[in-house]
Amino acid sequence: MPKMNMVQALNMALRQEMEKDDRVILLGEDIGVDGGVFRVTDGLLDKFGPQRVLDTPLAESTIAGCSIGMAVYGLRPVCEMQFSGFSYYAFHQMEAHASRIRSRSRGRYGVPMVLRAPYGGGVRALEHHSESREVYWAHTPGLKMVIPSTPRLARALLVSAIRDPDPVIFYEPKAIYRAFREEVPEEEETFPIGKSRVAREGGNITLISYGASLMPTLEAASELSEKDGVECEVIDLLSLSPLDDKLFVESVKKTGRAVVVHEAHATYGAGAEIIARIVEKALLYLEAPVRRTTGFDVVIPLYQREQDYLPGVARIKRAVLETLAF
Amino acid sequence: MPIQEIDLPHRITYLSILDREGQVDEALDPRLSEELLLKLYRAMVLARRFDERMLILQRQGKIGTFAPVKGQEAQIGAAAALEPNDWITPSFRETPVEMWRGKPMENILLYFSGYNEGGDMPEGLNLLPVSVPVGSQMSHAVGIAFGLRYRGQKSVAATFFGDGATSQGDFHEAMNFASVYQLPVVFICQNNHWAISLPRSRQTNSATLAQKAIAYDMQGIQVDGNDILAVYSAVKEAAERGRAGGGPTLIEMVTYRLSMHTTADDPKKYRSEQEVAEWESRDPITRFEKYLTQRGMLDEQKIRSITQEIKAEISLAEQRWEEIAAKRIDPLDMFEHAYAEITPTLHDQREMLRKELEEKK
Repeated sequence: MPKMNMVQALNMALRQEMEKDDRVILLGEDIGVDGGVFRVTDGLLDKFGPQRVLDTPLAESTIAGCSIGMAVYGLRPVCEMQFSGFSYYAFHQMEAHASRIRSRSRGRYGVPMVLRAPYGGGVRALEHHSESREVYWAHTPGLKMVIPSTPRLARALLVSAIRDPDPVIFYEPKAIYRAFREEVPEEEETFPIGKSRVAREGGNITLISYGASLMPTLEAASELSEKDGVECEVIDLLSLSPLDDKLFVESVKKTGRAVVVHEAHATYGAGAEIIARIVEKALLYLEAPVRRTTGFDVVIPLYQREQDYLPGVARIKRAVLETLAF
Repeated sequence: MPIQEIDLPHRITYLSILDREGQVDEALDPRLSEELLLKLYRAMVLARRFDERMLILQRQGKIGTFAPVKGQEAQIGAAAALEPNDWITPSFRETPVEMWRGKPMENILLYFSGYNEGGDMPEGLNLLPVSVPVGSQMSHAVGIAFGLRYRGQKSVAATFFGDGATSQGDFHEAMNFASVYQLPVVFICQNNHWAISLPRSRQTNSATLAQKAIAYDMQGIQVDGNDILAVYSAVKEAAERGRAGGGPTLIEMVTYRLSMHTTADDPKKYRSEQEVAEWESRDPITRFEKYLTQRGMLDEQKIRSITQEIKAEISLAEQRWEEIAAKRIDPLDMFEHAYAEITPTLHDQREMLRKELEEKK
């Protein structure tokens, strides 16, 4: 199997789905000639032509709105927001229409579109290029919201997202884009939307994370195992909506302890929902309060202070040890 | 008559005063004082040298991603045509305008080297911070213009944006508001021909960007955006009209981004070197230098001494930047300006980080 980084794996998913299904259309800013600012769509304009790879004018709201129209008509648009920080112009279309047309039309019309956007910090970028505001979407009924954490999963999830009958927001952790390579099979592979996975097994405590935060979480788990003899079970959520609470609830029932890690802000962040589900479904199994290790409730600072904002390995380990010592 | 032509009140004109050989159109010459002409020249050269220096610092890893402005220095003419009480809402490619207004170079360096302190603004500049989401700052100028008129001020609000921004709904919404309320707004579009990889011709099917003013019954003008005298004259006229209650104006500056979109971009992927070379021959600084030299205001010696002064000025700013950067690395600063008054939750989060930092020591 060829080894790929996440950018290449996403490119492969798009290419293969476009080969298989002529309903798949890509649209976004700089995705054609330039191949996307992160090169996720590199080479696709040459291969599929300007009728299927649209270098659009600079207008996020209409990129989303036009995708909705295409999807309602029967195409399978995959639109790109250049950075998630610029996707809020599109938020209105996604909230007012993409998420509602199915229920509004009582099932007559669906909106099978994917909105892709790189998100997250740690890449020394400018303002609006580092944030992690996935819950805006995950909070919206009618939208699905997924975030992959490895190249292979990114490819499989994107294929599933394209084939999904409902609108899927697909956040790509740009800190992982080129961070490592992984074997990705040429043959078709999907990963069900709404399912999480165990990224590491362990019996002492459950760490729940997703996307870019999974890397420091796994690193913390491995250091804790080596230096402290603590075995963490790490759950990679993958889908924020629908949320697969079975997997982490079962894990917490086993370990009795949990820490949620995400770089998004703490207040009303994904951790709040996850902890609510644990309280609802596994309260009596808990041996310690469930902790959150997250970004602070401030605008993510420019890059000199970014690492103090992001939940890094040290902060995660500390939360784990404190939870174990409770 | 069932079908008849509708007479629209506005036509779009093109203004050029200084050609690429440095020849001035006498009838259109705004006749600026020699002092101002030299000041404009110096500011353009400073902007160019500072931009070049930032690119070097970026390539050395000392600053992060930034948007170079090379080739678009005639924007200084727009800033110079405004009064200090006029407001400016810039995008992210108006560093020369910000410098003209008085934003210290060390703050610009701090900002692009990842220190939020770069946002510190001297009092009274009437200049909003850089706006990164394309097209989002134009409506702020509309609101400021409303405030100015509400308070009986004879000032205007100018907003800068690129060709790409004219595709955003916000552009049209801001133009419509300004025209409906007949507010003193000067919309200044720096058409630099490329929105990252998308050429102007594919951004809009319109022949000009200036003609978009017609839809809002607003004055629209296209100017040679590499001709600082034309830019100055157009903005001056638009500002005077706004001050006199004549409503908003759209100015399209036809210019060119000689460098990359940002330092993360590689223009070779989407445009020809030949096109860039053609625009290099229309460089706004070269033609202005020719003009001033022909007028006897500049010679080799004078240019050399200006160059030396500018070099010293930039290295002094770099020195101040390094000093400030060395002092200001308190991560707790991230909580400082979240709200006017820190909230209880943020207070707890700040204490948590403080504790963490102390343990790290």
